[in-house]
Amino acid sequence: MSRAGRGGRWAVIGIPYFWLFLFFLLPFLIVLKISVSEMETVTFKDVLTFKDGVLALSLKLSNYVSLVQDDLYFLTYLSSLKYAAVTTVLCLVIGYPFAYFMARAKATIQPALLMLVMLPFWTSFLLRVYAWKGLLSENGWAADFIAGTGLDRLLLAGGLIPAQGQLMNTPFSLVLGMTYTYLPFMILPLYSNLAKMDLRLLEAASDLGASAWVAFWKITVPLSKAGIIAGSMLVFIPCVGEYVIPELLGGPQTQMIGRTLWDEFFSNNDWPMASAVAVAMVLLIIVPLAIFNKYQAEATEARA
Amino acid sequence: MNAAVVNRWFGRGWLSLGFVFLYLPIVALVLYSFNNSPVPNVWRGFTLKWYAALTTDTEMLAGLWLSLKIAFFTACSSVVLGTLAAVALVKYRRFTGRTLFSGMVNAPLVMPEVIIGLSLLLMLVSMQRATGFPERGMLTIWMGHLLLGMAYAAVIVQARLQDLNPQLAEAAMDLGAKPWQVFSLVTLPMISQALMSAWLLTFTLSLDDVVLSAFLSGPGATTMPLVIFSRARLGLNPSVNAIATLIVAVVSVGVIAASYLIARRERIHAAEMAAASRAT
Repeated sequence: MSRAGRGGRWAVIGIPYFWLFLFFLLPFLIVLKISVSEMETVTFKDVLTFKDGVLALSLKLSNYVSLVQDDLYFLTYLSSLKYAAVTTVLCLVIGYPFAYFMARAKATIQPALLMLVMLPFWTSFLLRVYAWKGLLSENGWAADFIAGTGLDRLLLAGGLIPAQGQLMNTPFSLVLGMTYTYLPFMILPLYSNLAKMDLRLLEAASDLGASAWVAFWKITVPLSKAGIIAGSMLVFIPCVGEYVIPELLGGPQTQMIGRTLWDEFFSNNDWPMASAVAVAMVLLIIVPLAIFNKYQAEATEARA
Repeated sequence: MNAAVVNRWFGRGWLSLGFVFLYLPIVALVLYSFNNSPVPNVWRGFTLKWYAALTTDTEMLAGLWLSLKIAFFTACSSVVLGTLAAVALVKYRRFTGRTLFSGMVNAPLVMPEVIIGLSLLLMLVSMQRATGFPERGMLTIWMGHLLLGMAYAAVIVQARLQDLNPQLAEAAMDLGAKPWQVFSLVTLPMISQALMSAWLLTFTLSLDDVVLSAFLSGPGATTMPLVIFSRARLGLNPSVNAIATLIVAVVSVGVIAASYLIARRERIHAAEMAAASRAT
C-alpha cells in the first residue's frame, strides 16, 4: 500500500474512532467515577488522592447500597423491565404479521407501503406521543372507541386502568404509547428480512405436503430469526430507559427508571446518585446490547 | 371461499388496521389544530387562530430557529463522520479494536438517551471546569445530536456501501486512480442517495430530540422540542397542535419529494449502468 493509502486508512478509521472514544466511551468512565464520588458543595472530591506520600482511594458506595436496599429503586428497575418486555411482545405480535403481509404484497405497491411505515417515523416522535394524550383523555377518539366497544371493562379487569373512563396516566396508556412509538422499529428489520426470503422454499414445502400453516412455522419463522432478534432489541433496550413516554403518558403507578434518573439529576441535583442509577441501567441492558451488536455485526458481515 | 382468499383479505385487514393505528394520532393532531374551542377534544368549528397565535409566540419561534440551526449542523457533520465510520467498517476488515469500534458505532442506536445525555453532560462539565470550555448551549447540544446522528448515518451508508460492486473500485485502481480519487469519483457518486437519506434522517432526528437537548442545553438555549415538551407536560395545548401540523406538513412534503427524487436518480443510474455494460 502506498504512503497516501496508509495515511487515508489512518484518517478514515482514526477520526470517527477518536470522536466516539472521546464523546461516548470516556463519558461512561466519568459517570462510573462520579457514581462513587463524594459530592461537595460545588465539585466532587477526587476518588484518588495523593497527599503527604499517602495514596488514598476513597470510593463512596452508599449510592449503590441504597440502589440495592431501597425497595423503591429495585421495584422501579423491575417495572421498567416489565413494561419494556410487554411492549416488545406487543410490537412483535402486531408487527410480525404486518411485516409479513407487507413483504408478500404485490412488488409494485411495496415501496409505497414502506414509505407509509417510514413517514410517521420521520415526523416528530414527541408530537405523536403528545397526540395520544388527546386521543385517550376525555372525549378523545380512542377513549370513545374503547368505551363504545366495552374494551375498558376488559382493561379494568386486567388491572391496566384504575377505573372505567380513566385511560390516561395508567399502565395501559404507557404501554400503548410505547408500542405505538416503537412499532416501526420492529416492522422495518422484520420486513427487510422477510422480503429477502426465498419463496421457493415454501413451494418445496408445499410440494412435500406441508400445509401453509406448518410451512409458516417451520420455514418462515425460523428463517426470520435474525429479524425478530434485531427488532426486539431495537424495541426492548430503548424502552427500558425511556423517559419522554412515561413522563407524558405514564402515571404514579408506572414509575420507570429513566424518570428516576431524570428526577435525581434535575430535581434532587444528586449527580452521584443519578450516575449510580445510570450505571445500574447499563448493567441491566448490557446483555441485550451485546446480542444486538452481535447480530448487527453478523447481518452486515453476511451481506458483504 | 378458499384459504388463499381468506389469507389475502386477512392480510389486507391487518395492514389497514396497522396503518390506522400509525396514522390516527397524526390525523387527530392536524384536525384539532383547526378547532375553535379552548376545551380540547370538543369540536366547536373551524379556526386559524392558533396559527395566528404562533406568529407572535416568540418563545416557540426562537426555539424553532435554534432547532433548525442545530439540525442543519448536526445533519452535515453526522453524514461526514457517519460516512467515515461506515467506510472504515466496510473497507477495513481488520484493525486493532475493530469490535470496540463497531460496538461504539451501533450502541447509540439503542442506548437509552438519558444515559447518553447524562454521561456526555458530566464529561462536558468536567471539561469546562478544567479548561473553561465549552459553555453549555448550542455547541454542546450539537455534540450530543452528532453522536446520535453519526450512528444513524453510519448504518444507512454502511448498508449502501455493502451493496456496491467492489470491481468498480478495483477497475478505477487498475486505471491508475489514487485511493481518494476512487472514493470521490467512483464511490461517492454511487452512495449519494444514501448520503441524502442520511442527511434528512439526522436532520429530523435532531429537530425532534428532547432528552439530549434537555441535558446539554444551557441558559438561553431552549430548542423547539423543549418548548413543546414543557407545554405538553402541563396538558393539552392548541398551540402545540398548530406547530405540529406545520412540522408534519413540511416533513411529509420534504420526505415524499426527496424519496421521489432519489428513486428517479436510482432509475437513471441503473439505466446508465445497463447501457455501459451493454457497450463493453
